[in-house]
Amino acid sequence: MLDGLLLGLGAALSFQNLLMVMAGVLIGTFIGMLPGLGPISIIAIMIPVAIKIGDPSAALILLAGVYYGAIFGGSTSSILINAPGVAGTVATSFDGYPMARQGKAGKALTIAAISSFAGGTIGALLLLTFAPALSSVAILFWSAEYFALMVVGLTAIAAFAGTGQVAKALMMTIFGVMLSTVGESSLFNAPRFTLGLLDLQSGLGFVTLAMALFALPEALFLVIDRKRGGEPGGDAQKIKDLRITAKEARTIAPVIGRQSLQGFFIGVLPGAGATIASFLGYAVERNIASADEQKEFGRGSIKGLAAPETANNAACTGSFVPLLTLGIPGSGTTAILLGALIALNVDPGPRLMIDRPEIFWSVIISMYIGNLILLVLNLPLIPYIAKLLAVPRNYLIPFILFFAMSGVYIGQNNATELLLLIGIGVFATIMRFADYPLAPLLIGFILGQMMEDNFGRAMRNADGLSFIWERPMTLGLLTLAVVLVFLPTWRAHRARRRPENVEQD
Amino acid sequence: MKLDRWVAVFFLLFSFLYGYGAVTYRLLPFERNMVFLPNTLPIGLAALGIILSFILLFAPKPQETEETDGDVLGTVDLRRFREYEFGRAFGLLAAMIVYALAIFPIGFVVSTTAFLIVSATVLGERRYVILVPVSLAGALIVWFLVQEVLGVFLRPWPIFLVS
Repeated sequence: MLDGLLLGLGAALSFQNLLMVMAGVLIGTFIGMLPGLGPISIIAIMIPVAIKIGDPSAALILLAGVYYGAIFGGSTSSILINAPGVAGTVATSFDGYPMARQGKAGKALTIAAISSFAGGTIGALLLLTFAPALSSVAILFWSAEYFALMVVGLTAIAAFAGTGQVAKALMMTIFGVMLSTVGESSLFNAPRFTLGLLDLQSGLGFVTLAMALFALPEALFLVIDRKRGGEPGGDAQKIKDLRITAKEARTIAPVIGRQSLQGFFIGVLPGAGATIASFLGYAVERNIASADEQKEFGRGSIKGLAAPETANNAACTGSFVPLLTLGIPGSGTTAILLGALIALNVDPGPRLMIDRPEIFWSVIISMYIGNLILLVLNLPLIPYIAKLLAVPRNYLIPFILFFAMSGVYIGQNNATELLLLIGIGVFATIMRFADYPLAPLLIGFILGQMMEDNFGRAMRNADGLSFIWERPMTLGLLTLAVVLVFLPTWRAHRARRRPENVEQD
Repeated sequence: MKLDRWVAVFFLLFSFLYGYGAVTYRLLPFERNMVFLPNTLPIGLAALGIILSFILLFAPKPQETEETDGDVLGTVDLRRFREYEFGRAFGLLAAMIVYALAIFPIGFVVSTTAFLIVSATVLGERRYVILVPVSLAGALIVWFLVQEVLGVFLRPWPIFLVS
């Protein structure tokens, strides 16, 4: 492990990779502040750039930096104008925005930066410790287990969806898998479901799908709903007094400790991710706080700000564990990263640590460096960062749409892909109105292909479905998947039967 | 019937069509005796899709919750439906479709500048003294970054100007 660590340190500290981390963090921070461009969209925009770089570790380092920066940038707009640019920072606005309104915007941003740093750093240390262990377990996996694992990954999404959302999340996942069967596949000799269209021969592009599912609906929503973007200017200008007192530091230290751990392990679970980690972190801290402190929550509590900020960054790091060790993306964002890795000819999974240790370790090391740079760059920049939020929406929205479309067009020079983008974008917007979650669709699309490949291979090896009961791990994982699907339904059923006594706070 | 039930109807129809496509898929001669066929998974998916869309269509409506999903930002407030400005959104979509069709024949820089100007106008921007140079600069900067810095081919001018 020490060899790998040194190898990674050498790779991450190379001039090119340091530059990548810095560029990624900066780009992520600035774009992440813009409402409508979350980490998914930003990473999707950066993918053509990353693929162009060619060197997989440099590309992944760049994208990881973008990911961190975007989460932090999202906190900035949550705190300053109550417009979370990223879903993972919605909980940040609960207490961050009240603080900003009380003229403590500087302090709020500082707490956010420090909590993010601590969460990300502790997360990186945990990743360092646990990833190899998880990876050595993962090496026992064959196609059959992989297939079962994919099924678990797909069903876990449903398990973490809100109450009453399970069937919707599952439907979207299945729809995503269906879309993944369009075009040619590595297992078969002829393309499927192309409707005779030559443009669908190679399947749907995942950048197209990602843009259509996230950037486009968000931009359309900003147009449809004028109040959504928040009002630029206003209280955002009052940024002074960045320092936090020793007493405040003592108050948030245990919160940061608890939430780093909790956030990391939530991030590790496929299907959870930064958003759920931040909401859970907020909820847990609120519940264990003293009665006096509880009243502060929602009115500018520093604990209420530190908790989601720590948890979302720790979860971002945690979500790299299943991605790097098992090849399973835990969230929409890591699903895009997975796509980028495959485009770069890297096969994420248990073999990654053995075959390409330099990639594995340099990514982990550069996460730590990325956190450090995020802190160093952002503390002095905080007053200036706020200025970008003043971009008028009449300019912001056209540019978001333009970035989304050029991200799809560049490199392909194919107008059909753009029309597909618009069509799926409209579809996704309708889905948002109907309250259907979109992330499962993308995860289904990306995992679907791998699931079918592994399923096919396992079935050919075993000459039938017997592998399901002959291999204990496969059976165990599939049982887990079944439990994950039915657990939320069962819980909801039980909650319905005795609804009264749960509600009291 | 609420919108989410209509979506369930859509999924039901889609699953049926997808299933039909899967069942009638024409196998190659040598594929017939294989264990795992190109339509094995699709048939299963179609079945699951049909079951799930029936559940979505007929299951009792659960209580509203505040939880939001994974990486998607916020939720939609249907009570404010009437305040929503759909006209502008349709205008933007039209602009995007025209842009998608025009980008190849008239080139990246020209079409992008036009798209940015038109879509900002749709949103209510009227200060063209600022808008036109900003749009042109935006298009040129992206073109420069993509073509010159990254080296990805992106034809900037109309097709008849470049042989």
